[in-house]
Amino acid sequence: MTAEAGVAAPHRALPKSFAWGALVKDAAIGAAVALVLAVPLVGFRVVEINGDVTLTTRFTWVGIGVVSVFVGRLALGLWRGSRPAERKRSGALVAPLSRFGRRHATGVAWAGIGFAAILQFLPFTTRGTVDLATEILTYVMLGWGLNVVVGLAGLLDLGYVAFYAVGAYSFAITATTFGLSFWEALPIAGLLSALAGILLGFPVLRLRGDYLAIVTLGFGEIIHILLQNWTSLTGGPNGIGNIPRPGLFGLVFAASAPPGETTFHQFFGLDFSPSQRIDFLYYVVLALALIVNLFTLRLRRLPIGRAWEALREDEIACRALGINPTNVKLSAFAIGAMLGGFAGAFFATRQGFISPESFTFVESATILAIVVLGGMGSQMGVVLAAMVLVLLPELRFLAEYRMLIFGAAMVLIMIWRPGGLLSHRAPTILLHGARRP
Amino acid sequence: MSTPLLEVQHLTMRFGGLTAVDDLSFTAREREITALIGPNGAGKTTVFNCLTGFYRPSAGTMILHRGGRKYQLERMEGHRVARIAGVARTFQNIRLFVGMTLLENLIVAQHDELMRASMFSVAGLFGFSPYRRAEKAAVQKARYWLDRLELTASADLPAGGLSYGDRRRLEIARAMCTGPTLLCLDEPAAGLNPRESDRLNELLLSIRDQHRIGLLLIEHDMKVVMGISDHVVVLDYGKKIADGKPVEIQHDPAVIRAYLGEPEPSFETEPSASPRDEDR
Repeated sequence: MTAEAGVAAPHRALPKSFAWGALVKDAAIGAAVALVLAVPLVGFRVVEINGDVTLTTRFTWVGIGVVSVFVGRLALGLWRGSRPAERKRSGALVAPLSRFGRRHATGVAWAGIGFAAILQFLPFTTRGTVDLATEILTYVMLGWGLNVVVGLAGLLDLGYVAFYAVGAYSFAITATTFGLSFWEALPIAGLLSALAGILLGFPVLRLRGDYLAIVTLGFGEIIHILLQNWTSLTGGPNGIGNIPRPGLFGLVFAASAPPGETTFHQFFGLDFSPSQRIDFLYYVVLALALIVNLFTLRLRRLPIGRAWEALREDEIACRALGINPTNVKLSAFAIGAMLGGFAGAFFATRQGFISPESFTFVESATILAIVVLGGMGSQMGVVLAAMVLVLLPELRFLAEYRMLIFGAAMVLIMIWRPGGLLSHRAPTILLHGARRP
Repeated sequence: MSTPLLEVQHLTMRFGGLTAVDDLSFTAREREITALIGPNGAGKTTVFNCLTGFYRPSAGTMILHRGGRKYQLERMEGHRVARIAGVARTFQNIRLFVGMTLLENLIVAQHDELMRASMFSVAGLFGFSPYRRAEKAAVQKARYWLDRLELTASADLPAGGLSYGDRRRLEIARAMCTGPTLLCLDEPAAGLNPRESDRLNELLLSIRDQHRIGLLLIEHDMKVVMGISDHVVVLDYGKKIADGKPVEIQHDPAVIRAYLGEPEPSFETEPSASPRDEDR
């Protein structure tokens, strides 16, 4: 039977119907991706009426979206004509997305930046959306910072939250004690975090892999315990409050200005609204994240970045080529820690209050999960993974099953895409120039 | 004969009770291929690891001459041996950066120069022109080697995708990109088919003839050793048992004994070359 079918198939010559099957499948995959994205993004909406928060659903919209993706994908497949379905089967769900991202990396990046820039003015944007976006961007920054250490240099760091904490606390302490503004204290926070990174780096220079992970885990805990018990400096479990908010070139965001200062709404002749500050914070983190991104992308193309990647690939070969592994490791720790420190400073100024509770191991694990899930070393992957990891727990309708679904989703993603959502590595330098597909 | 490049004197390396290298002395010269041969476990790779700073020898000196200066290799840290004294090496089990492209592999090898040109990343971060010039020069140098290996077309592909023979040759090119004075090759012909082996010989001979460096070679493949080396040092149980030109070595009774055990009475009755001092 089977043999007969095998022989008969070529004679019947069914390339047309074969292509059709593949096309429908492709379109179905596209629709599935759209469905996964549309349910949380479009399907649910929190509406506030007279202080009552209710969740409204818009499944019709989801349906329209999914169907249009299906039809569009099918049309695209037909238009492309006779492209056979010989594609690799790895990661049926995310692979097309990743392939698209790889081909149009710059386009997707600019579209993302553009979307992020106008997010405030979109009709469906609420205060909650902006808050959520701010949180995502904080994690994106942290993810990009840890990506230097884990993704590029290949040093598994389970205590990254330590640098986040050092950044937040050094910002809070310098700002509250010396009265420095956000913009003045930010570099100090970054510098102190970088120092903490070097401090951690020295004892672990000889360690790799699991051993390194355990020591960094311990370092994270040390910082946490230090914050809790050094009451005179950190305020212990009570934390530090009244952390100054960032201003815009000397303009403060408040209902009424302290003596000698001008508020934002007075200066521009607007009515005061608390959302102005939230919107401003969002732009601050967006700008910081973009600077971090530019910085790390640039570093990756420099000798130091290539040395990080070479160290990840083979430390012994690095030594044989005259590269000093000590310097390479320390620079990775320092720069990763500095970026974490910036994120910490932003976190402190956004919250206005910090305590050791915010800097637990769970944070380290989340940031590491963002890097691993996104695909080690991939900038865009980190963004995608940060969105997944922040938005998935926001699916409140799942109620008590929330974390269960969250865990299952992570397991499934790692099964489908063992290298992370976007595991493609772009070369840092090309001999033949960029080749457009 | 050219000037001595590397002088190894009374080199000894002990691991606990085991003496892997025992009072070894030899000289390698510029523009010469010196082969280090011996049966398995003779201590050849240990000598390499001492020379390239991976092990610290228990006794003895290793002096490298570079640009009129003398470097005592046994006193230098591993990465400094490569960077400052200019001793480059390849590995028995090839150690390429497999996830990185061919071009990147060759550029990482020029890390030191580029790092200085980028003023430890500061100038590079802003894209100042001295750095861009240095990078262009580094690409040029990499390009030269890629052209030479006939791998220019796959320059932007990951090194992990290369065939075994090409990986070997790329590793050699990568070592050459560090601008070495002495190139140490640990069994470059291992696992190569005859055609690949011929291409390797060609590459090694051209490096010897075109660059003012010395080559030190560990090799089991006698066709390679006898075909290309100018000078052969034979080790057995960590001791030098012979030292001389390939033809002399081939007929050295001590060498034959080390490789084949006690000679059969009928195997070779009279050695054509006189036995060398055995250093025992």
